[in-house]
Amino acid sequence: MLNYILRRMALLPVLLFGVTLLIFSMLQFLSPVERASLYVRDIPKNERAIDGLIKRYDLDAPIPIQYWRWLVGKVDSVTGEVKGGILRGNFGYSRTSNMFVVDIVRQRFPATLELTLWAALPIVLGGVWLGVLSAVNHNKPIDQVARIFSILGYSLPIFVFGLVVLMIFYANLRWFPPGRLSDAMTQVVLNPAFHRYTTMNTLDALLNGRLDVFLDSLRHIILPVVTLSYFSWAVLVRVTRSSMLESLRQDYVTTARAKGLRERDVIGRHARPNALIPVATVGGLQVLTLLSGVIITETVFDYPGIGQAAAAASVQLDVIAVLGLTLFNAVVLVLVNLVVDITYAFIDPRIRLD
Amino acid sequence: MAVEAKRQGAGLFPHVDEQGITEREVNILERVLGPESARVVRGMFTNTLSIIGLALIGLFIAVSLLAPVLAPPLNPNKPYNIPRDGFSAEPKPPMTEWKRNAPDIPFWYKAVVGKDQWVHLMGTASGQYDVYYGVIWGARTAFIVGIIIVGISALIGITMGSIAAYYGGRVDDILMRITEIFMSFPYLMAALTLSAILTPRLGRGIYSAMVALTVFGWMSYARLVRGDVLSVKERDYVMAARVIGASDRRIILRHILPNAIFPTLVYASLDLGSIVLSFAALSFIGVGTEIGYADWGQILSFARDWITALNRYWYIVAYPGAALVLFVLSWNLVGDALRDVLDPSMRGRGT
Repeated sequence: MLNYILRRMALLPVLLFGVTLLIFSMLQFLSPVERASLYVRDIPKNERAIDGLIKRYDLDAPIPIQYWRWLVGKVDSVTGEVKGGILRGNFGYSRTSNMFVVDIVRQRFPATLELTLWAALPIVLGGVWLGVLSAVNHNKPIDQVARIFSILGYSLPIFVFGLVVLMIFYANLRWFPPGRLSDAMTQVVLNPAFHRYTTMNTLDALLNGRLDVFLDSLRHIILPVVTLSYFSWAVLVRVTRSSMLESLRQDYVTTARAKGLRERDVIGRHARPNALIPVATVGGLQVLTLLSGVIITETVFDYPGIGQAAAAASVQLDVIAVLGLTLFNAVVLVLVNLVVDITYAFIDPRIRLD
Repeated sequence: MAVEAKRQGAGLFPHVDEQGITEREVNILERVLGPESARVVRGMFTNTLSIIGLALIGLFIAVSLLAPVLAPPLNPNKPYNIPRDGFSAEPKPPMTEWKRNAPDIPFWYKAVVGKDQWVHLMGTASGQYDVYYGVIWGARTAFIVGIIIVGISALIGITMGSIAAYYGGRVDDILMRITEIFMSFPYLMAALTLSAILTPRLGRGIYSAMVALTVFGWMSYARLVRGDVLSVKERDYVMAARVIGASDRRIILRHILPNAIFPTLVYASLDLGSIVLSFAALSFIGVGTEIGYADWGQILSFARDWITALNRYWYIVAYPGAALVLFVLSWNLVGDALRDVLDPSMRGRGT
């Protein structure tokens, strides 16, 4: 077990190095002047000053030196502060949002995290439940409904679904509003008496004991959550169903039935635990899908998260900002993947013994 | 069951046929395709869902081939620019009369629509882009984009995967680590980034998004091919080829790949739906194609101007959305059925 975890951890630096290398090589498409935004806010207008800037930050130096500068940054000889350096969290300056990329991340990541966490909940619980139900009732009406639901689910593009949902529930029925909070609740949240522990609205509301704020933020987040999660939900239903069907055909299930166990125990204690191993794999992969999906979901709902920032920046060709945000997301993803892989090892003995 | 029995004991029971396929047809199918492929083809045409899927794909192919007849372009040299009827921002509902710049009237128009003038069959989007035109030519965009992206990424993937598996050892390690690094990025976000970088260099159009989706889209093919090559390369005929001194290149291209490539090709061709979806997503966000390009995602992005009034301007979402959903659905239906037919554990269970 320890051996497996150590081997998996050893892969981490390799992956992170590769990720930075890939981002860095994409940066090489930009001119040295454009790359100066990695280090400073304002790009001077006159040519001499620009040349000085390029010299100062080695922007035309050989690639390995540039890469090193990009990683660790450069100490400003006058003020003594360090400029740039992604290892210090300095991803550069976004000219379209007029702030450092790291501040965009700081401001918006909680919103994205909140959305993703809420979305993960129905996927895992609902997906597994419906998948098992569907397999146990193989070819019965409920199975057919679940199958049709799931094939429709993964054929429906997120943005089409999102727009349709907005059309029905927002434009027509006016049940759920977009944004993150209504105006009155925004006042409450901005009040110093309201402690921002996590800057995730729903969680903070609970921690502050404000049920009204909680319900209001729930009302705002529910459409984006449904939009973000239905696709992964459909995938998980499908995988759980086929894995469960496979599992129900195994000899040990027949044995369990033969020795007279109740059907509930046969399913709950023999068939389902084994069926869930591939489900865990796919569930982990769906985290990837969620992180990709937030771009579309947040864009459709105008939800102020990382994805929307990345989309807005890329439309305006603010490459420094998009690259910074992508780098951040990739690192998050690598770490999440590590956690998921190690979790598998606890679930599935075959992995850790391999 | 009946078909299975027939295959094993051909000629024993020439008149037994529960599937409604005559003995002669079975023989023709099997003679042309071989028993295994014949079973697959038969499976595909006896499953309702896959027939629906195949029919839809056929429909989309027909629409994209007939696009110039269904929606004649204003400028035949630039057929992918959606014609505009004026410039006002407010969308117009379906069946509104076409006032300015109406295209030629095709022969079927009067008979089907019953009018002498062009009307906006599916309304117009903001800026008076004709939705109908965009939906029709969008089908062509979808096939072009999908086939090129899938083709090139499959080629990259097959090259990487087969080299990794054939040489093994350190080569395998390095190539697979590279694959993993590419997989560490959230797909859509990475593609978004790369197309934002490439847009000023390649110009606005479909190319930057296509390159971006290819660069971050080949990895699953590489992994698939690698697995299949690993199992094929131990076979006797590969050994035999090596013994008579065939070069590595020849062994890979002539002996291993033809026997290992099939599952990947199937997978790749079924990927067309999701690739088109990703492309539409990028153009919905607004990178890649210019405004008014005949692409479903592009038309849908007009809806973003009218989020609060979508109940009135539903047609901006409904028509291109339906086209996209049906396109993706058709590939998924076929893919699902094919997976069932190809699944070895389902063999001999009938259809």
